Amino acid sequence: MHKAVETVSTVAIRFAGDSGDGMQVTGSQFTDTTGLAGNDLATFPDFPAEIRAPAGSLAGVSGFQIKFSSEAVFTPGDAPDVLVAMNPAALKVNLKDLKPGGLLILNSEAFNAKNFERAGYTKSPLEDGSLKGFKLFQADITGMTLKAVEELKLNNRAAVRCKNFFALGLVYWLYNREMHYTVTWIAEKFKDPTTREANLRALKAGYHFGETAELFDRNYEIKPAKIEPGNYRNIAGNEALSLGFLAAAELSGLSLFLGSYPITPASDILHELARYKNLGVRTFQAEDEIAAICSAIGAAYSGALALTTTSGPGLALKGEGMGLALMLELPLVIVDVQRAGPSTGMPTKTEQADLMQAMYGRNGEAPLPVIAAKSPGDCFYTAIEACRMAITHMIPVILLSDGFVANSAEPWRVPDMSKLPPIKVRFHTEQKDFAPYARDEHLARPWALPGTPGLEHRIGGIEKQHLTGNISYDAANHEFMCKLRAERVQKIADSLPPTEINGDASGELLVIGWGDSYGAIRAGVENVRAGGAKVGHVHLRWINPFPNDLGDIMKRYKRVLVPELNLGQLVKLIRARYLVDARSFPKIQGQPFKEQEIIAAIKQQLESN
Amino acid sequence: MTSLNIYPEFKHTDPATQTRKDFVTDQDVRWCPGCGDYSILAQVQRVMPTLGIPRENYVFVSGIGCSSRFPYYMETYGIHSIHGRAPAVATGIKAMRPDLSVWVITGDGDALSIGGNHFMHVLRRNVDLKLLLFNNQIYGLTKGQYSPTSPVGTKAKSTPMGSIDYPIDPVSLALGANATFVARSLDVHAGHLQRVLKRAADHKGTAFVEIYQNCNIFNDGAFDALTDKETKSDTVIEIEHGKPMRFGKNLEKGIALGEGMRPKIVDVASYGEDKLLVHDEQSEVCGLLVSRLQAPHFPTPIGVFHAVSRPSYDQLLVEQLDRAKTQKRTRVQDLLNDGQWTVK
Ligand code: SF4
Repeated sequence: MHKAVETVSTVAIRFAGDSGDGMQVTGSQFTDTTGLAGNDLATFPDFPAEIRAPAGSLAGVSGFQIKFSSEAVFTPGDAPDVLVAMNPAALKVNLKDLKPGGLLILNSEAFNAKNFERAGYTKSPLEDGSLKGFKLFQADITGMTLKAVEELKLNNRAAVRCKNFFALGLVYWLYNREMHYTVTWIAEKFKDPTTREANLRALKAGYHFGETAELFDRNYEIKPAKIEPGNYRNIAGNEALSLGFLAAAELSGLSLFLGSYPITPASDILHELARYKNLGVRTFQAEDEIAAICSAIGAAYSGALALTTTSGPGLALKGEGMGLALMLELPLVIVDVQRAGPSTGMPTKTEQADLMQAMYGRNGEAPLPVIAAKSPGDCFYTAIEACRMAITHMIPVILLSDGFVANSAEPWRVPDMSKLPPIKVRFHTEQKDFAPYARDEHLARPWALPGTPGLEHRIGGIEKQHLTGNISYDAANHEFMCKLRAERVQKIADSLPPTEINGDASGELLVIGWGDSYGAIRAGVENVRAGGAKVGHVHLRWINPFPNDLGDIMKRYKRVLVPELNLGQLVKLIRARYLVDARSFPKIQGQPFKEQEIIAAIKQQLESN
Repeated sequence: MTSLNIYPEFKHTDPATQTRKDFVTDQDVRWCPGCGDYSILAQVQRVMPTLGIPRENYVFVSGIGCSSRFPYYMETYGIHSIHGRAPAVATGIKAMRPDLSVWVITGDGDALSIGGNHFMHVLRRNVDLKLLLFNNQIYGLTKGQYSPTSPVGTKAKSTPMGSIDYPIDPVSLALGANATFVARSLDVHAGHLQRVLKRAADHKGTAFVEIYQNCNIFNDGAFDALTDKETKSDTVIEIEHGKPMRFGKNLEKGIALGEGMRPKIVDVASYGEDKLLVHDEQSEVCGLLVSRLQAPHFPTPIGVFHAVSRPSYDQLLVEQLDRAKTQKRTRVQDLLNDGQWTVK
């Protein structure tokens, strides 16, 4: 049967299933293949904290959303056009998001009485009318997978586990994707020949099912996006951060040291960097968060490009260590991949609520530079920038990422290392007039490594005398040093480029964002501007210090709106610093902003004029 | 990782030219007059020039407490860090720079209370550093609260009716944490302390030395029984590898094992020297057993409890780094190019 091919410009698909169903693998395979097909895309993996919650339960539902298009894509999409639900729990959790009239593909085998009960359905959703208004396709994904791998004589459990590849194959057909990328991936990934073959068969069976079954009368084509020529790859945030740190080490010539303690969602950076001993990377899995930062301090003192990586609760534990690093004036990058708090909060969910902790979470007057990454690919450049400032200014820098940026992926122009400016390192070796706390033009002190003859000196957390670094309890000296340390942070602003404004350079409203809300704000602002409103968007990379031109930029708009995934933290900093009546648009649900939410908030500001 | 070699290389000081004076700083020493720390500082400064290490290659790292002021008085590199965390800072230094001789100075509160976790882990990792614990059984810097090594019933500012928690023995704890070198000495036993420090310095791996130190302000006389000329031969037993365990004015008493491996004090003449416990510092069991000889029933052992050789953390790290060098893909660009496609 020859089926029709319909061309569409943009599609958002959500794969949802039990956390053991392999939905993240399905999603990332679809992502890589879609990137290769030349579409622009954005993804949002959303998984539960439990490694394996009870099978079929609502708590165990794992999802992966991807939006891909022949146009520019800024977000993974508000409401998916397609929902693939592997069981009733996945349906129940995700159905509310599916677009009216959207495609709903169910694994019919899993829609049985037992699973209805596990998902809390008192009546079958297939019969209660709740699926009306969607294009429903039921396919016995499990059964057909079992059939496809029958000859291989796998045990039932292993055979059932191949079903995510069947689903992937089906969606590949539905969106006219090539299978070869995944075929190669399976061949490399699965060492056991039977498992490898089984997954391949499941994938192909899914594809052929789409092609031949009468269920679907058509499939869809999404033309490649108009993308600037060059080399591209898909990249996720944590991966990009790791690569950024490796790049900073290469650009500076320093050896990389990471002291870290496992914590969701930051552990991947430790895993990633641990793989690169061949690049001289030293990773140290410490006994706790405190030892992690302290080991990094020791390494920085000894001449390493030193890092420590964590998430909110770990940042709290590192507070005293950060204070020490600030007093020692050593280069160090502290990464906080934020997650929903407070306390343990929701470890796998995203949030931007550690900003105040990053700004102020230490005893005494203890300002530190704070930089934030806005997208997966941006993590690479943010990491390099954080390292550059840490080294140049001899200062610990806090880098904020978050669960959304860390785990989501986007196509990314592969950087050319030879085009990135080197990071200058100056180790102090001159004995004459050496003073451990002498100042250069950046107010940075000399980096004198142990082992350097004649420069023996002691540093510590006690207040120190200006220049000599000797212990000092002098009243005036303490005030001087506190102000000096604040000024050291401000100095960074002098070397920042002019702030980039998306949209209108002046007008009715300026939207100021930071971190992971970049895509949603960018898309939202473009949307209202298309309707004629004069709106600008500034996305702050440095939050401490603010860029020198931010005050003037704000003056060019009637109003300022600050959307954040917290209860209003950046907005407080802006109001306090500039005395402007900036308005907050907070959201704190463990989920990133949706484009529509930003649009509504902007419109509300414009209408209340 | 890079063709750039930015790390400076030096012509090092000839260690043979170094004297004790080279290790003395211009800072006023601020311990209370009469504090046991003075003696320890003097012995360390005497031992330093004998080790064949250029001065600039020493790093002293401390936490918080009276003892932790130590680095300020050593004309070497040094970090006075935060409470309990010196072992972690030192681990970072050593992981990055195995060429340095790293010394951690800590106290009973610093190492065993707030820093107990790091203490345990640095020992089990066997990072090649020296860890000197000044045990005065009290908090000095915070002005006199009982510590994790204070005997039960210690009346201090925070325990007016006497402490009710049982103390921990640092030597047993270190052995339990798989330490490769464990020793004990006393602040005023200058000669003994120097010998122990020298052996610690020569050990490759974490060398732990507990040093009983008198705090003459808040816990004066805690170790009097061990230092008093009249009593010390009965209260202290100097242990030495391969030697039967004897003590007393004329070494007339000995330690032997009774039923159930219970140590007992015996009269050497009547019991027979050949039946005494012979100290074996390479035996973990012997080290642990000897560490359980505690006052008031037994004399307090000083000397080296345990010394074995095992590859150190930093050594294994360097080995992995060297082994990894043979892998391909040593440029970041290679990693960036992973899985790339070209848009024309
Ligand atoms: S308080 Fe005790 S331990 Fe501290 S310096 Fe004084 S005598 Fe020494």
